[in-house]
Amino acid sequence: MQTTEEYKITDALASFVEKWREKPGNLIMILHKAQSEYGFIPRKIAIELGRILDVPLAKIYGVITFYNFFKLEKPGKHNIQVCTGTACYLKGGIDIIEELEILLGTGVNTVTDDGLFSIESVRCIGCCGLAPVLLIDGEIFGKLSKDDLPKIIADIRDR
Amino acid sequence: MATITLTDLKKLREDNKESENIHIIIGMGTCGIAAGANKTFDAFLDEIKVNNLKNITVKPTGCMGLCYVEPTITVKTSGQPDIIYGNVNCETACKIINEHIVEGKLVEGHIFENPAADIVNTENYDSDYKQFRIVLRNCGVIDPENIEEYIARDGYIGLEKALFELSSDDILNEVKKSGLRGRGGAGFPTGFKWEFTKQIESDQKYIICNADEGDPGAYMDRATLEGDPHSVIEAMMIAGKCVGADKGVIYIRAEYPLAIERLEIAMAQSKRLGLLGKNILGTDFSFDLEIRLGAGAFVCGEETALLASVEGNRGMPIPKPPFPAVKGLFGKPTVINNVETFANIPVIITKGGSWFAKIGTEKSKGTKVFALTGKIKNSGLVEVPMGTTLHEIVFGIGGGIPNGKAFKAVQTGGPSGGVLTEAFLDTPIDFDSLVAVGSMMGSGGMIVMDEDDCMVDIAKFYLEFCVEESCGKCAPCRIGTKKIYELLDKISQGKGELSDLQKIKDMGAAMQKASLCGLGQTAPNPVLSVIKAFEEEVLEHINDKKCRAGKCKDLVTYTIDQENCIGCTVCARKCPVNCIEGAIKVAHKIDQSLCIKCGACFEVCKFDAVIVS
Repeated sequence: MQTTEEYKITDALASFVEKWREKPGNLIMILHKAQSEYGFIPRKIAIELGRILDVPLAKIYGVITFYNFFKLEKPGKHNIQVCTGTACYLKGGIDIIEELEILLGTGVNTVTDDGLFSIESVRCIGCCGLAPVLLIDGEIFGKLSKDDLPKIIADIRDR
Repeated sequence: MATITLTDLKKLREDNKESENIHIIIGMGTCGIAAGANKTFDAFLDEIKVNNLKNITVKPTGCMGLCYVEPTITVKTSGQPDIIYGNVNCETACKIINEHIVEGKLVEGHIFENPAADIVNTENYDSDYKQFRIVLRNCGVIDPENIEEYIARDGYIGLEKALFELSSDDILNEVKKSGLRGRGGAGFPTGFKWEFTKQIESDQKYIICNADEGDPGAYMDRATLEGDPHSVIEAMMIAGKCVGADKGVIYIRAEYPLAIERLEIAMAQSKRLGLLGKNILGTDFSFDLEIRLGAGAFVCGEETALLASVEGNRGMPIPKPPFPAVKGLFGKPTVINNVETFANIPVIITKGGSWFAKIGTEKSKGTKVFALTGKIKNSGLVEVPMGTTLHEIVFGIGGGIPNGKAFKAVQTGGPSGGVLTEAFLDTPIDFDSLVAVGSMMGSGGMIVMDEDDCMVDIAKFYLEFCVEESCGKCAPCRIGTKKIYELLDKISQGKGELSDLQKIKDMGAAMQKASLCGLGQTAPNPVLSVIKAFEEEVLEHINDKKCRAGKCKDLVTYTIDQENCIGCTVCARKCPVNCIEGAIKVAHKIDQSLCIKCGACFEVCKFDAVIVS
């Protein structure tokens, strides 16, 4: 989904850029800050950053697309990140994703029509002892079974 | 507080030794918090207030390693042994206050034995405990956000010695004497790495801590940073003093927000005390430290790719030599070690290299931390002396396989390692013995598999990971991972041919020889080891079109036993594609042409009428 919203450099991002401007190798740190401001890296912001930092847009996109962590599309208001590290995979992480797809009527890396949820399969988040786990808005839910999901989603919906 | 002197530091250490208070220490690493440790923490505070109790300190700590019974807490009363409680929810927290603290009675059903001896309490390792903690010495003991607690547990003694008693040559000698080998995977001797950088004349040198723990299924570095961030900071300064570097970078995964936060707090505290920054403890040694975030790329575990990433570029490796020790960050000599390697350093300097060398095996010294996960009863972090057997870890510390299932394999080394069968369980673990039996140490993921896991599926999982994580720079890795993955996929669909196995072996051998970096060179390891150790199971997929674990969906059929089915319609209602026919009280049937093999009918049937074959 290509967004038509207008994005402007926020004050927080602008001051972060100023702080890091002179440090060599600052691009990834600045992209992290951008993503934490907007939830993803909007094209307009990438272009702006290129201009401010005097870095070609191609280089910025080269870096963004190389790393799993950076997103080019806006995630749902609540991005559900399902861990697919080895321990979670063995303990049914894929089943969790499939069940979420059925419950939310959307696929991995897409957003529900109301913009509320998106599903993402992520690399190991290091909670292998509680496998399988998922992460919503920074909160970790562990030792999951498929039956836990409807309640988790309903609770988030009510927030 | 103003910058402190050596005398101040020593006084701080004495002043903060254990107090008379009762301490309730709550494990609040990521795992603990995920299991509800925040609520447990508040419940303790509330209950203490309600009972109007005095002289009780409630404090957070890092991971105690008992991930399977989080939230975990320790009750420390001076003069009495520590009591560890597991599965402590709010209700249990109230019980612990009312029964243990007020009445002096232990709360049954939640008590767990202390799993490990640690180096601060125990001068020499004795075998009363199966585990011995050097790296995790402070995890589960100190409040990681309080520098004074770290100092009180012999913290910054290593730095003191490095600054006031030892020359840079002495430091190097101690590290070399210790026999410490890099814990990131390859096991390169740390002392030699430092020596290369030390020997070179340069106006600028760097120390980098690799905390980009990318192996899926490994989390010891996260736990170390969340539980004991100062140990890594101290170690990096010791390395800086040794090789002549005054700048350090911690390259850490953005996926570890709590570890990043605790590192930032720790760095700010060290700076405030003057233990980090300019003229540390009044000497002419200065050290600057900075955090740089990774962004999710497994290949950045490779040193040259990591450097590219710290420099703000795509994390692609370059051919070695020159090695980073000679030409590293921004072209300057750079020492790169991982978190666990660094966490050993303060102890080695404090206790001496020869003390450290007494622990472990002939060629692998010290301990190793493993993240024991998968189909195992007691999943968690374990730290054992090198030379401990796999059997001891899986069946002793780990408690064996849950739900009465049979052990099938243990995987070490993640996407670069291999699987080990029952026949190898008596292997004493060290760098060389694991390689000899077809796996590798790796960073410390140890994943246990049971009879329900299909080895072809596991090999496919690791290959898929490597396909996605290959940076694409060199052809053997970019094409090899993809082609092997395709062949495995074909085998898992029952379309495999015998000649495919030879193709996989040939391509694997080519990748091992011709890939540019460690990722490509080791990517075929999991599949090659599966073909070797589980040949029969792989051949079943090819010749008999059969998956004994029932994981490869294309090889599985679900049918309904007409005798057992009572016609309850539960499965028909649960089926997402409506392919089960049958009226009430009439035996049902599955339309094989529509079945998507999701297994939902099998899960809901209470009469064992759905058969998987």
